[in-house]
Amino acid sequence: MTTHEHPSAITVSGLRKSYGDHVVLAGLDLDVPSGTVYSLLGANGAGKTTTVKILTTLIAAGGGAASVAGHDLATEPDAVRAAIGVTGQFSAVDNLLTGRENLLLMADLNHLPRAGGQRRVTELLDLFDLTDAAGKPAATYSGGMRRRLDLAMTLVGDPRVIFLDEPTTGLDPRSRRAMWRIVRELVAGGVTIFLTTQYLDEADELADRIGVLDHGRLVAEGTADELKRRLPGGHVRLRFTDPDALDDAHRVLPQSTRDEDDALCLRVPGDGSPRSLKSLIDRLDEWSVDVEELTVHTPDLDDVFLALTGNPTDEKVTVR
Amino acid sequence: MTTLAVPAARFHPLRDSATMLRRNLRRMVRYPSMTLMLVAMPVVFLLLFVYVFGGTLGAGIGGSAAGRAEYANYVAPAIILMTVTATVQGTAISIAMDLTEGIIARFRTMHIARVSVLTGHVVGSVLQAVFSLAIVIGFAVLVGFRPTAGLGGWLAASGFLVVVTFALVWLAVALGQVSKTVETASNLPMPLMMLPFLGSGFVPTDSMPTVLRWFAEYQPFTPIIETLRGLLTDRPLGNEPWIALGWCAVIALGGYLWSRKLFAREDDR
Repeated sequence: MTTHEHPSAITVSGLRKSYGDHVVLAGLDLDVPSGTVYSLLGANGAGKTTTVKILTTLIAAGGGAASVAGHDLATEPDAVRAAIGVTGQFSAVDNLLTGRENLLLMADLNHLPRAGGQRRVTELLDLFDLTDAAGKPAATYSGGMRRRLDLAMTLVGDPRVIFLDEPTTGLDPRSRRAMWRIVRELVAGGVTIFLTTQYLDEADELADRIGVLDHGRLVAEGTADELKRRLPGGHVRLRFTDPDALDDAHRVLPQSTRDEDDALCLRVPGDGSPRSLKSLIDRLDEWSVDVEELTVHTPDLDDVFLALTGNPTDEKVTVR
Repeated sequence: MTTLAVPAARFHPLRDSATMLRRNLRRMVRYPSMTLMLVAMPVVFLLLFVYVFGGTLGAGIGGSAAGRAEYANYVAPAIILMTVTATVQGTAISIAMDLTEGIIARFRTMHIARVSVLTGHVVGSVLQAVFSLAIVIGFAVLVGFRPTAGLGGWLAASGFLVVVTFALVWLAVALGQVSKTVETASNLPMPLMMLPFLGSGFVPTDSMPTVLRWFAEYQPFTPIIETLRGLLTDRPLGNEPWIALGWCAVIALGGYLWSRKLFAREDDR
């Protein structure tokens, strides 16, 4: 909800896009309060990049409405462009220019005064650990350096809303953590970040709110904890030595289900607390069922993701 | 309603175009092999036509007394024009490179005067053509080109060449944008390279078979070459300059409108 303390940085309602018969976005609704990180999570082809392209004025929506930084996307695209910064999935740096020249190009295009632009560029080179490579052409940069330069270029104009389309795809773990640190620092400075990712741990790590996108539709939305909590995936897994024991256990534990992957396993829903475990074991003892192995599973975002996007019938389950 | 909203700043097309021009000039300096290739090609054609074919062709166009020197004078304007077409081939290539590298997508999401992305290329290419033309004309003089034009003729010829370059560059900007790959962008302007051959560039059109002669006399490069030849050798021009300038206006306007339309289309890459 929009308030004066936290106006919406991005609002989207009923956003649609199709290419011919192929529906990419089937009515997307979003609200991102300013100063927060929103992560759109989805597999390849879920519609993440299309969403970013629409919100950054690169392509027109097929239907619905959206506003970014208080400006309507359809009627004031120039005002939107003035407020946003975009780091796309594919690097958008000039390979023939050096790192410093790339940044100075952005300073000039943002109409920063000469001295101010130089200062800002030096500052960003330092912040992104590119000072040593500043005089080398971007073509010679490693993948991680290019991403950092790309993001640094986005920041030259001090955008209020930043779009990052899969910012860490293809990066090594160290560059990935560096990118996460930068994102956190930006948010601390009051910037709003709209991030797409196919990595659950990344969304878990960075995002205030997560939207799970599947086939152009939000199938779930909430904080990482909310998403984990609402999943009925917490269970105790029991493994038996023979099918007879399993049948016995299934009889005395009517709430249990057979594991689809393993014929000798049963899943018993539960939160894995000591009390519930004790009562479970007591019951098995009471009926003299031998259990070979017992493991407790608490849901992580992977479970949420797979449960929500794996089976089309689950799409109706949405939390708003 | 929101405190985020800021009024959009004004556009600065001149300033942005100057920035883009600086970028393109810097890229040319960083990628000198391209500029060199674009200059080398007309020079190679010049040497080929003057020293290999020149003796025979010279005798053919000027009677028995004429020879290689005569032909150097005849072919120089065509080679000069070829310098321009080579440069615009470079324009198409660098536009396509920009599009494949994704930096244009970045420019599209920025609050800048959009046309500056294209004007930066156009002005950069015109400057590159001036540079190449100076070198190629120098070579032409070395191999026997003896223009008789005075200062006025040279100024008119220079201005005319800039106009021709400007027109062809806009066409190349469009060709670079329709190309999905850099290779296509390098091939698409090829017909421009061929047209001087199918006109009055290398031999007079009246030596050609009827159909070809008809094409040669009406295609745009013939009046352009004739105008250039007339200006540089102080010959009467007739109405050729007006036809040439008319073609330039059509090509420039068509190229500009096509380029603008292509640039405004959605980023579907």
